[in-house]
Amino acid sequence: MKTYTNTGSKDTRSGFGAGLTELGQTNENVVALCADLIGSLKMDDFKANHPERFFQIGIAEANMIGIAAGMTIGGKIPFTGTFANFSTGRVYDQIRQSVAYSDKNVKICASHAGLTLGEDGATHQILEDIGLMKMLPGMTVINTCDYNQTKAATIAIAEHDGPVYLRFGRPKVANFTPEDQTFEIGKAIKLIEGTDVTIVATGHLVWEALEAAKDLNEQGISAEVINIHTIKPLDEAAIIASVGKTGCIVTAEEHNYYGGLGESVARTLSQHQPTPQEFVATSDTFGESGTPAQLMEKYGLNSAAIVKKAQLVIKRK
Amino acid sequence: MSNTQQLESITTQVRRDILRMVHKVNSGHPGGSLGCAEFLVALYNEIMDRKEGFDMDGLEEDLFFLSNGHISPVFYSVLARSGYFPVDELNTFRLLDSRLQGHPTTHEGLPGIRIASGSLGQGMSVAIGAAAVKKLNNDDHLVYSLHGDGELQEGQNWEAIMYASAKNVDNLIATIDLNGKQIDGATDDVLPMGSIKDKFVAFGWTVIEIEEGNNMDAILAGMAEAKSKAGQGKPVCVLLKTMMGNGVDFMMHTHAWHGKAPNDEQLANGLAQNPETLGDY
Repeated sequence: MKTYTNTGSKDTRSGFGAGLTELGQTNENVVALCADLIGSLKMDDFKANHPERFFQIGIAEANMIGIAAGMTIGGKIPFTGTFANFSTGRVYDQIRQSVAYSDKNVKICASHAGLTLGEDGATHQILEDIGLMKMLPGMTVINTCDYNQTKAATIAIAEHDGPVYLRFGRPKVANFTPEDQTFEIGKAIKLIEGTDVTIVATGHLVWEALEAAKDLNEQGISAEVINIHTIKPLDEAAIIASVGKTGCIVTAEEHNYYGGLGESVARTLSQHQPTPQEFVATSDTFGESGTPAQLMEKYGLNSAAIVKKAQLVIKRK
Repeated sequence: MSNTQQLESITTQVRRDILRMVHKVNSGHPGGSLGCAEFLVALYNEIMDRKEGFDMDGLEEDLFFLSNGHISPVFYSVLARSGYFPVDELNTFRLLDSRLQGHPTTHEGLPGIRIASGSLGQGMSVAIGAAAVKKLNNDDHLVYSLHGDGELQEGQNWEAIMYASAKNVDNLIATIDLNGKQIDGATDDVLPMGSIKDKFVAFGWTVIEIEEGNNMDAILAGMAEAKSKAGQGKPVCVLLKTMMGNGVDFMMHTHAWHGKAPNDEQLANGLAQNPETLGDY
């Protein structure tokens, strides 16, 4: 079985910051906006290097989204930065009308997504943002898994013409994807070949899926692990091909099962290849305060939870 | 014919267009559209520095954003009469497969529109973004926007108003249509806002008042003054006092025609008050 090495844990938000720094040097049309969270979003370098292209909006996210939409008129590529909660739910109508319906080339970059924001609790831990964003016509939705992939995705979305929601997180997590990768929007990455069960994971759950595959392998179960960094457009062909071989699937995400990756996969499979599916996701609940590890354990979002769901879904074949 | 007379002649035709558009589909917003007819005619024919044709980026020309998108009839009429798209297309207002949606949108590719509007309170932020990019591009053209007075009840406006002065967005001229009315009645009854002038002044804007917002000479003078105040470190607000339903007597002095179309008889009456000048579509 193919294995992956953590080259040193880092936060995905720092991958975003590094990608933005590189874009600042390579693409003069990139502008960045932040709603009073420069340090949290790791936008300090861009601000220092390109003060004329950096816009501190203050604690006014609705205004930030509108300004970003306006900045596309005249050829700029705006990247907005705040927490995932304030990037989506708080400004849904602004994104809907001024960005998505208006076909504006805005990149909505959202940190501190999901439970792993930790101690700040449920007011800040959004578990609904993937659903909110994927429902908007024309919106691309990306949830990256580690530092290297987040950096690559940040650079890649500047080349994509259209609105993008890029979701990443706060805690340090395993960094295991190649440093020199090219990020292809909408292209699933098969990490491990397997025959008994397909595990499709996104974001922080991708590393957990790799850990789960190791445990399953020790139990004699061959798991195929797919990194779905792009939830919309979904790489349907990769998923259909995989379940054609394994006959069952577990989806894993740091998000409510309503509206998340799992639902997108279920829609695809029910239409093209009905397949037993189990969901690793939160169960229609808000989060709470705690350390990221405690929360992922309590809400069933770690490798142990993936192993259990894999064992369960194999029995349903 | 003097310049003012020419603009007034265009305005009369625009009023006819508005009435005929909303009458045909028995829906739309004639009241606010009629109130802003002189202003938009003046803006597109006299005040703004516009290029021929339309491209989304609008480099090296003045830009306009309509935030109170429900007055789309006047916007569409003025755009068509300014050459952005064929006047005949006004016939498709609010019909299936039309580029002239109930509220303005870029989605159908209608030339002249740079942002969707209708859900209120978003246009000033967009105008600020476009104005900031003009500065980045070393383009010294101006950005104009129009907002309803009732629309100022949306909180996002105040985020934008605060930002524009704090960040010296002095290439923005935002006009507020002070007609004192909104769907449920007088703004002073629905949610009294006190002095809008005092609020803009307190937020650090330069404020120009046009007391007769349906008088072409007053609009031209007021907007010339507004332009002269641009580039001096502060955003400029124009308070345009208008009469909802202006130019059609039975639509004036009431909020009843905010979002209601005239019937056949009322249309004939309204058109009789506004004889054809440029030719109906």
